[in-house]
Amino acid sequence: MNPVVDYHALAPEIVLTATIVVVLIADLLFPERDRWQTSRIASIGVLGALIPVLTLASGVFTDNHFVARSMFGGAYVVDEYALVLKGFFLVTTYIVLLLSIDEIKEGDYYQGEFWYLLLSSVLGMLIMSSARDLISIFVALELISIPTFVLAGWQKHNSKSNEAAIKYYLIGVISSAVMLYGMSLIYGLSGTTMLRGIFVYLQHAPDLGLILVACFLTLAGFAFKISAVPFHFWAPDTYEGAPTPVTAFLSVASKAGGFVALLTIIFVGLYPQTDGWQPVLWFLAAASMTVGNLTALRQNNIVRMLAYSSIAQGGFILAPLAVAGGSSNHGRDAFQAVVIYLLIYGAMNLGAFAVVIAVARRTRSGAISSYAGLGVTSPALAVIMTIFLFSLAGVPPLAGWFAKFVMFRALLDAGGSWAVALAVIAAVNSVIAFFYYAGVARRIWFDAPAEGATAPRIPAALNLSIGLCVTAVVVVGVYPQLFARLGDVAARSITG
Amino acid sequence: MNWFDDWALPLGVFLPAVGMVLLFFIPKKNETAIKATALLTTVVTFAVGVVILFRFNYHSGTLQFTVNEQWIPVIHSRFHVGIDGISLPLLVLSMFICILAVIYSWDHFPEPRNPRAFLALILLLEVGMNGTFAAQDLILFFVFFEFVLLPMFFMIGVWGGPNRQYAAIKFFLFTLFGSALMLVAFLALYFLSKHPTFDMVQLAKMHGEGIAYGTQLLVFGGLFLGFAIKVPIFPFHTWLPDAHTEAPTVGSVLLAAIMLKLGTYGFVRIAIPFLPRAAQAWAPWIGLLAVIGIIYGSLCCLAQRDMKRLIAFSSVAHMGFVMLGIATLTNFGINAAIFGMVAHGLITGMLFFVAGSIQERFNTREMSRLGGLLTQAPKLGWILGFCAMASLGLPGLAGFWGEFPAILSAYQPAGNISDITFRVYMVVAAVGTVLAAGYLLWMFQKVAFGTPKDEFKDAHIHDVHGPEWIAWTPLLVLIVVLGIYPNFLFKVTDPAVTRETKQVAAVLQQANRPKTEAANR
Repeated sequence: MNPVVDYHALAPEIVLTATIVVVLIADLLFPERDRWQTSRIASIGVLGALIPVLTLASGVFTDNHFVARSMFGGAYVVDEYALVLKGFFLVTTYIVLLLSIDEIKEGDYYQGEFWYLLLSSVLGMLIMSSARDLISIFVALELISIPTFVLAGWQKHNSKSNEAAIKYYLIGVISSAVMLYGMSLIYGLSGTTMLRGIFVYLQHAPDLGLILVACFLTLAGFAFKISAVPFHFWAPDTYEGAPTPVTAFLSVASKAGGFVALLTIIFVGLYPQTDGWQPVLWFLAAASMTVGNLTALRQNNIVRMLAYSSIAQGGFILAPLAVAGGSSNHGRDAFQAVVIYLLIYGAMNLGAFAVVIAVARRTRSGAISSYAGLGVTSPALAVIMTIFLFSLAGVPPLAGWFAKFVMFRALLDAGGSWAVALAVIAAVNSVIAFFYYAGVARRIWFDAPAEGATAPRIPAALNLSIGLCVTAVVVVGVYPQLFARLGDVAARSITG
Repeated sequence: MNWFDDWALPLGVFLPAVGMVLLFFIPKKNETAIKATALLTTVVTFAVGVVILFRFNYHSGTLQFTVNEQWIPVIHSRFHVGIDGISLPLLVLSMFICILAVIYSWDHFPEPRNPRAFLALILLLEVGMNGTFAAQDLILFFVFFEFVLLPMFFMIGVWGGPNRQYAAIKFFLFTLFGSALMLVAFLALYFLSKHPTFDMVQLAKMHGEGIAYGTQLLVFGGLFLGFAIKVPIFPFHTWLPDAHTEAPTVGSVLLAAIMLKLGTYGFVRIAIPFLPRAAQAWAPWIGLLAVIGIIYGSLCCLAQRDMKRLIAFSSVAHMGFVMLGIATLTNFGINAAIFGMVAHGLITGMLFFVAGSIQERFNTREMSRLGGLLTQAPKLGWILGFCAMASLGLPGLAGFWGEFPAILSAYQPAGNISDITFRVYMVVAAVGTVLAAGYLLWMFQKVAFGTPKDEFKDAHIHDVHGPEWIAWTPLLVLIVVLGIYPNFLFKVTDPAVTRETKQVAAVLQQANRPKTEAANR
């Protein structure tokens, strides 16, 4: 039987795959000094892939009877949720490309392969957004991860970069194995890999301890991917060792990929078995925010600080999921909160990394002390960095406040002592988090610049990426409905 | 002028933001143009306020100039603004003080200067402050309430005194902690109320209907912490002396004159009407903290050597009177509290201005090193004396009408709040006024009387000059006018306050009735 293929629905993936092939061939054909042209091809390809996402989505906002396109027996679905996230991944990638162009051009790197690997990972993310059965989720997750193992070690002659890659690789492989074992147990119990089938099975499942074990192992695998405490040890070393644009990619896009997998598998598959996932996620969320924040307090390297802060932010993103099982209403609120948080987190974290890259062009250092007096030497960059930092801290009217707000809203909507306890932990943590974000702002504005410090020269592409992020953070902060609507649409398509 | 009614509040709130953006299109070197733009922005904003004053209906007591537009439908939050007699005086005060702040800054930019950034922060602050007083939606209120933190953080941290970094962080952390809990309380109000909504008008109408009494107490606790830290009420006040002392003069003025009022305004606008029964239960405790604040603040004042720190602690004492008035939940008490807020804004703002000018002239605020101001700069000295008199509550000046009725109102609080308790508070608060006279006169004597100390004997101290006169005269005039004819203000606030307290009283009566009946049987 030949499966029916809906080419329009698959167009983003097809365009991206074509781009990957073209980039590889171009790398082969172009002479060494023209290799940087491959970055252009990659950028055009990413924007090109965005077009079918928009045409597919055109129906979503105009009429409410958007029909999800389902393929391969329901294993691959293009619904509103998939489209919102595909759009998010492609835009994020475009910004990462802008960040990387000059960094890769000026560094001693292998250019063509860089774009090829990056785009392959993004292809995995696009597939992940649509994947609705265990096998395609697993394949997508590996497609996301394997290229990033190589990317993390991109600075071949740097021992830290090598260490980063090895750590990331080993832990990534172990987590995949654990997850695969969990999935195999789920398959063994339910007799299907389709998430819908698993959902139906779990609704009437016998009371088996094995189900809990299976859920636990699967979730533990994802916990590695999203670097939730206590599965986070690889993240700070990898983030610090990898080239900074790759770190930005890992901490935003690749992490979001893990969250998308988690959302899909919980809401489409495991939802009825609340005992299997709620307590685990509760613990992961509480531990991630607390440990991430407390460790971030002590960092004096900005990339490590952002790494730990992104672990903490991961805890905030997870929190609503931990109480999503009460009723379909709570589920919807939690789903919405996670999607909105991811979108906003993407904008502000990428922006912060973009500024880090810009500043490092002059200082060649990641020390937080190198930010001293940035407010004097380059005021515009300083204002923008401050906006990102305070947005990450959740201070209105910058986008971060709304992300935190929807998180609290989902927690309190669920109610009950567990949810309220998590809300209190989150509230305390957002105060702690402010301390280290403001610590950097304090360096920037309150300290005097070092002798002879000058403003970094920022290439146009980097400027554009910073501009895009800061616009998003400010506009969404003042008018959050923009992203809220996307979250709402995505949530409706999955949770009804 | 119908279009004006629809646009008045959005203009009044967002014009300063427009002005701030304009500032960044002017080259940094052109300082006069920068200052002029900032001044023009605040003046135009105030002009909007003046037109509002003329078109305001002073008899109705209802919300006016309302705008209610879609904002974030997904979470059911709307852009809903409006003002009544409670918010009008504070809104106009905020618009007014901001003009004076810009004028005073004209040639008083603290190091490291950078007038453009400094003025931009003042304008940003104004957006947050005006917005808070106009907001009628909890989420909108929250956004504006938090919005003021950032500009003030940078104002203290960049332009402040030697210990500025510590003060700035402390200020931010304290308020952030309070507002995190406040936000949780807001969400609880939303989810637990009979009809889930963030609309403040509707929540005030529901009076916490549908929320169990025990939960009401907890939610009120969250609101209390959020507002109490901002006011600040003892024992949450510790950020205030540091922030005030380290902040540049204009920062202290804005902080004292308006930002502290955001907290007390929150009590009047949100905590009490939303949850009157919980307010009744909490009132004795709030009253207790208020009188502790009065006495403790006064005693601290007596122990200060730094003039600015003394004024900062006097704020703690004065806000104690305001909170005592609010805690009575009576019409009289809340009217007095609002009067107290405005009066404190004018007087303490003025005191900080004078302290800033003294520091600028002598390079110190140490009272033991100062003296003989009246001989060296008589006008400045007499202005300081005048403000000290106003601040200690001399009848005939504005300060009196904030303190005296607040003390009187404690004689008979609303609902079934214990009269005895509040009468004790009343006596303690009255003792506080004596202490206030003590520390203010002591300060005045130290700074202004006697002969100049040796180190400043030959220094050339110039008296009050141009921008200072322009910035101060309106404040001084208002202090006298409100002192002689307080009805100017009471007339504005009374209808709205009466409306609110009547509703509160009705709810309390309803709630307290079964108990008394049971007792009679």
